[in-house]
Amino acid sequence: MSYLSLLWANLFRKKTRTVLTLLSVMIAFVLFVLLQAVGEAFTGGVTIVGVDRLIVTPKYSIVDELPLSQKRQVAAIAGVNLVTQQSWFGGVYQDPKNFFPKYPVEPLEYFDMYSEFIINPAELEAFAGTRTGAVVKAGLAEQYGWKLGDIIPIQADIWPKADGSRTWEFELVGTFEEAESSRPLFLFQYQYFTESVELDRRDQVGWWTVRLSEPERAAEIAREIDSLFENSRDPTRTATEDEFSRQFASQLGDIGFITTIIMSAVFFTIVLLTGNTMAQALRERIPELAVLKTIGFTDTAVSALVLGEAIVLCVVGGLCGIAMAYLLLPGIAPVLESFAGSIDFSATTLATAIGLSVVIGIVIGIVPAMSARRLTIVDALRKN
Amino acid sequence: MAIVECRDVEKQFVKGRETVEVLTGINLDIEEGDFLALMGPSGSGKTTLLNLIGGLDHPTSGLIRVGGSDLNELSGRALAKWRSVHVGFIFQFYNLLPVLNAQRNVELPLLLTNLSRAQRQKNAAIALEIVGLTDRAKHKPGELSGGQQQRVAIARAIVADPKLLVCDEPTGDLDRETADEILGLLEILNRDHRKTVIVVTHDPKAAGHAKKILHMDKGKLVEEAIV
Repeated sequence: MSYLSLLWANLFRKKTRTVLTLLSVMIAFVLFVLLQAVGEAFTGGVTIVGVDRLIVTPKYSIVDELPLSQKRQVAAIAGVNLVTQQSWFGGVYQDPKNFFPKYPVEPLEYFDMYSEFIINPAELEAFAGTRTGAVVKAGLAEQYGWKLGDIIPIQADIWPKADGSRTWEFELVGTFEEAESSRPLFLFQYQYFTESVELDRRDQVGWWTVRLSEPERAAEIAREIDSLFENSRDPTRTATEDEFSRQFASQLGDIGFITTIIMSAVFFTIVLLTGNTMAQALRERIPELAVLKTIGFTDTAVSALVLGEAIVLCVVGGLCGIAMAYLLLPGIAPVLESFAGSIDFSATTLATAIGLSVVIGIVIGIVPAMSARRLTIVDALRKN
Repeated sequence: MAIVECRDVEKQFVKGRETVEVLTGINLDIEEGDFLALMGPSGSGKTTLLNLIGGLDHPTSGLIRVGGSDLNELSGRALAKWRSVHVGFIFQFYNLLPVLNAQRNVELPLLLTNLSRAQRQKNAAIALEIVGLTDRAKHKPGELSGGQQQRVAIARAIVADPKLLVCDEPTGDLDRETADEILGLLEILNRDHRKTVIVVTHDPKAAGHAKKILHMDKGKLVEEAIV
């Protein structure tokens, strides 16, 4: 027998109570790890970003539009190598839960801009030459069982057609891959898009992506673009892709603040519940702790035993929670990656979770440990 | 040679505004190898005196020296260490840890020593053999009878080989036959293993197993009898 086995045996004296407490701690840590991963994805931006690309959005809100006429003006700026447009299309496939990002793009420009997307040249040519053509990430096609030549109906929410119809039909003409991300993506022709929407909404874009021939002048070029449109009807805000990603996420709210509030509430509840359980467990064991002191355990050793039980309980619960979150992540990541980019557990998240479990264990265990320390043998034995 | 020396020992408890005199002017020598029974009515101070001799409490005044150590001079930590080496405790309600089996309950005091795990297990097995419970080593207290639990408690008390055993009503929760077995075991420990045994009891038959009986009343030693 060792101190650890004594501690472990004490912990499981009432198995049901300990298992329920472990479950509550575990669930708290599942939430913590998943929310941390989501928060990091939102605030961390996409992994493909490079400073040789800038994003030009409407100055005041990314839900505004920019006029297509800006394209030529931006392209004319010295140091700008290529400009292409994208818009947030929204819409769902068959069912509201089947959501993935869809962008109307200029096919050749887009794949020139995003060289990290790997597409068969023949399929790119087919995309450029087919008015209602669409290309999708290979994983997305696999997910929905789409094959080349399939007609894919999308129900629009933001962009009804000029005739009032909300059903957009696209012919799948190709698929493409991306080395460092599995996030889904659906691309279709900007020309088809802008000619199909209501008249007063044509020739508008959501944002510009600008490739620089002189990346070292990125800050200067960004200022130049914004000053170009500063006094126009459509002022712009130029940023890196990182900043754009954060700006986009901020439309949903302050993700960091939201996750902090949720986790504070969860952990506050856990501290109260588990703390109460530990206090109750201590009350039941007062004579036993007195016996330990009687046979020679010091006050410090007895209080360390009680504190150790709380820490072990929280660390074991925390580790189970991390493992459970790891198992759950593949199921929920594809949904969240549509908004937040690649979601994964960082070493910081795991280290924070483990550290937090120790801290919660200390918070929960410190009061019972001090009570155990103050216990006088004679008084405690009298309660037997 | 006296293993326990008490000189002018007084003990008071404060209850609210009232000070209760529990022990008054206790002077006592207990020789090494003795088997002493402390008798007296409830509230006479028997258990309080036992707790003081066992180093579980401090006297309000007076001197208690056990095995040459002045207990008043030991700090809390030093006193805990001293108890683990010099005294074995046996209680009325056994006070075993219900989550540990008999072997592990007996091994518990040895966690405070530098013995290896194998040596601890060996010593615990020997202690269980002395009290005749080798075959129940893997049983938890809830799976043992009262007498068997008290035997485990005795094994735990002797496993660190202390010279002094202090027993507070060790047979108070047992039937006559089992009580006699336990007292017989204490006699063997006293006679064959040279343990000094102090037993607090209400039971004259239990006291009959001792070599010497001390009577207490109202916090004072009132009578001594050699059996």
